[in-house]
Amino acid sequence: MGHFNSWRRRAGLLAAGCWLLTAVFLLARPVPAKAALNIEIIGSGETQTPIAVVPFAGESALPQQVGRIVAADLQRSGLFKLVRTDGVSPLPHQLDEVKFPDWVARGAEALVIGTISPQADGRLNIQFRLLDPVRQTQLAGFSYTAAPAQLRYVAHRIADVIYQKLTGAPGVFSTRIAYVLKVGRRYALQVADADGYNARTVLASREPIISPAWSPDGARLAYVSFEHDRPVVYVQTLATGQRRALAAFKGNNSAPAWSPDGKQLAVVLTLSGHSQIYILNADGSGLRRLTHSQSIDTEPDWSPDGQTILFTSDRGGSPQIYRIPVAGGEAARLTFDGHYNVTPRYSPDGKSFTFIHRMDGQFHTAIQEIASGQLQILTQTPLDESPSFAPNGKMVLYATDVNGRGVLAAVSSDGRVNYRLTVQHGDVREPAWGPYLNNQ
Amino acid sequence: MKRILLSMLLTSLLAACATTGVKEDHKAAVTEAKSVAETSATGTPSAMMNPLTDPHNILSKRSIYYAFDKYDIKPEYRPIVVAHAKYLVAHAGADVTLQGNTDERGSREYNLALGQRRADGVKKMMVVLGVPAKQIETISFGEEKPKLTCHNASCWKENRRTDIVYKGER
Repeated sequence: MGHFNSWRRRAGLLAAGCWLLTAVFLLARPVPAKAALNIEIIGSGETQTPIAVVPFAGESALPQQVGRIVAADLQRSGLFKLVRTDGVSPLPHQLDEVKFPDWVARGAEALVIGTISPQADGRLNIQFRLLDPVRQTQLAGFSYTAAPAQLRYVAHRIADVIYQKLTGAPGVFSTRIAYVLKVGRRYALQVADADGYNARTVLASREPIISPAWSPDGARLAYVSFEHDRPVVYVQTLATGQRRALAAFKGNNSAPAWSPDGKQLAVVLTLSGHSQIYILNADGSGLRRLTHSQSIDTEPDWSPDGQTILFTSDRGGSPQIYRIPVAGGEAARLTFDGHYNVTPRYSPDGKSFTFIHRMDGQFHTAIQEIASGQLQILTQTPLDESPSFAPNGKMVLYATDVNGRGVLAAVSSDGRVNYRLTVQHGDVREPAWGPYLNNQ
Repeated sequence: MKRILLSMLLTSLLAACATTGVKEDHKAAVTEAKSVAETSATGTPSAMMNPLTDPHNILSKRSIYYAFDKYDIKPEYRPIVVAHAKYLVAHAGADVTLQGNTDERGSREYNLALGQRRADGVKKMMVVLGVPAKQIETISFGEEKPKLTCHNASCWKENRRTDIVYKGER
């Protein structure tokens, strides 16, 4: 029952990290406690499992409603349909309080119950069970101990367990996203939970910030800042706020991409007189040139097995996607549909990549399977940019334009599930989906 | 006099390389080149106005515009590049920054590179025309600093450009 010893340590680290981050960025513009990004569900999956999530005992008195967060996560995934829990009285919180036929009658194929109780040390004990009302069995049950500030995180972890048990794939509800927010003439690189809550400003600037890239362990962000006279690549440690200029060579420095072991990055430099891809160590040493063309070569992305790099190149006369061995050598062209294919990002299993595909003058998010070359267009919005996969490979996060405003959106790999993350003020762009926090 | 003839010849040669709408451009270019050449031949600035900001002088034209995803300089803009190249040759102390821009469509990184190619293309032409490379700096803003922000073709075409900015301006 529960892995909460290692979980407690992680929660402690997270709390310490959050405190440190807050201390370091006291001068940054404060971000409100509610959602920085608002979710709007546009589409759901082909089949949805009906699930009832009963409010947890003791949660109504708390600042965060664990049951509601779990339900919202599952609904947003597009794979679950929420079964109403009102009208069942009394609501069950313990296993022996559950009347399974009540829930079968409501069409529920899964049921979630739980309790939250305060401990003497001020922390909370959160327990939940995932039940199959048809077979009248328990599918999962865990217990967590957490500070009240960690309630949202616990709820997301619970939703991840439920998602994994019922779909077979790991959940990504407890992951984070990075993005750039532009309000007026101010830019802020922010990190938020995958549901848009708990946004924290990582860098505030009066000049553009682009291309945030998560280190594989989620501890650092590389990004491009225009704060000096030319674009420079920085690497910043999230817990401390400390950063270093990784690439500040003469000319442009941009498009950072991490190797899967976190020890190297690919970047784009104009040292040769053209935008070309280089590789260097995370400490800035060992610079070597990877591409050797007189064209635009940019947007590198490492394969999960660390062997190849996808990139965008116009060496053939129009921007297309190519693949090159990390060790160097011949680049092979991968995209042949249309005249504009950019921003390739490998799927976590390395078998396909998402990218932006221009068709009939519109820029759509697409996925191409590498072995077959088969292309699938996922969106109908005409100004998509910057796609990236969730770490479970099920969703693609991208930036788009809705009614003249920059918003983020996520779409499932079959194009059916779709939701948007919007801001009240300003435009949001350049999203990057972060890794699992505990390297599942 | 020789210099005027030479610049006329150069201009007409360049104009002859173009394929469409050559005649009017050629005439205008020759007239403009002549007025610029006369100024530098006499060695004193033309009465009252700085040629770089005189609206009647081609040197006040500072932007080269491009088709989508292209960085080649269209014939109609070559006279502007030629005029500024001449000015820079004649004024060794003048420095310019060429700022490359793109419209918002496509990826920011690709557009950063495209903006750089646009600026570099103008520099290349100026160097061919005799401008010392050290007088020219090139930078790219990609799609990050658009002149116009509406989301349709009328704004997009204004943003696909390279700007010629002299040191001390803006």
